[in-house]
Amino acid sequence: MAKVFIYPATSLMLSDLVARFGHKPLGSALSVREHIQAGGFDSPPLQITPEDPKKGLHWAAVEVPSGVRGRMSLYGPLIEEAEAAIIIEESDFAFGCMGCARTNELLIFLLKQKGIPILELSYPKSQEEGITFVASIKAFLAGLGGEEA
Amino acid sequence: MKEYNPEYVGTETKYVFVESPTTTPQDLAITAYEVAMGVMIKETCFGVQVTGTPEEVARVVDRLRKLDPFHIFIKDRGFPPGDERRCRANLGGSRPGYLGHEYEIGLSRFISHGLKETDTMKPDDLKKKAQPIRRDEPLEIDELLSIIEKEA
Repeated sequence: MAKVFIYPATSLMLSDLVARFGHKPLGSALSVREHIQAGGFDSPPLQITPEDPKKGLHWAAVEVPSGVRGRMSLYGPLIEEAEAAIIIEESDFAFGCMGCARTNELLIFLLKQKGIPILELSYPKSQEEGITFVASIKAFLAGLGGEEA
Repeated sequence: MKEYNPEYVGTETKYVFVESPTTTPQDLAITAYEVAMGVMIKETCFGVQVTGTPEEVARVVDRLRKLDPFHIFIKDRGFPPGDERRCRANLGGSRPGYLGHEYEIGLSRFISHGLKETDTMKPDDLKKKAQPIRRDEPLEIDELLSIIEKEA
């Protein structure tokens, strides 16, 4: 079973397909869960404390805005763990503020720098593309080994 | 700042979405209650949320997926159900993150079709089908200008 980073990190479909075909999806829910289940000071909404932008320094330089570094404290540990990644290019719903946009760019850069197997594809817009989408993911995941669901 | 005492430590929550012509969220909820054995089930308009220890949750969601494997989609959730920071009962209006689900559920019919078609495919056929999706090139700016001039 490989740990597969999914981008967009909140994607329902990628999370489902990776788990369905016998691997572990690494999405933002895992980091958020870790944050909100840890004690300390109340810091809503995501329990991001002033410590997190400092942790983010591991992946982004000090002159990078704290918003990006705070986000990287969620995504950075997942990238470290990742053994493969599936990226959906130009996904509309990953659109957000400048902090999100810059973090997304950094995420994709770091994944590519890591040299792990990466599958890049687009969301399907027809039934035929649906077959291509699922077949691509299934073939990619089968290539990573592990059991098939 | 005040002290924070987290709830449901050591549990995980999973969303179970259904978008099917034959299975309803209510079917999911009834089946989930049948096999819950103490696991927390939260009914929603799109399916259910299941909260418990990782082993318990895996047992429940595996059973739910069998109801309609090509039309049920499952993902992790960071917050437990009813968390004041996310629950729309406290916030008013849509829950943050709901728009992403709404967007992807709109594509689920294509993915369900893909799952059905690839279910019995052999590895060689899968590789043949796994070609990158080609999109039309965006319209060249010069071409757009010439269209505008022609129409003007």
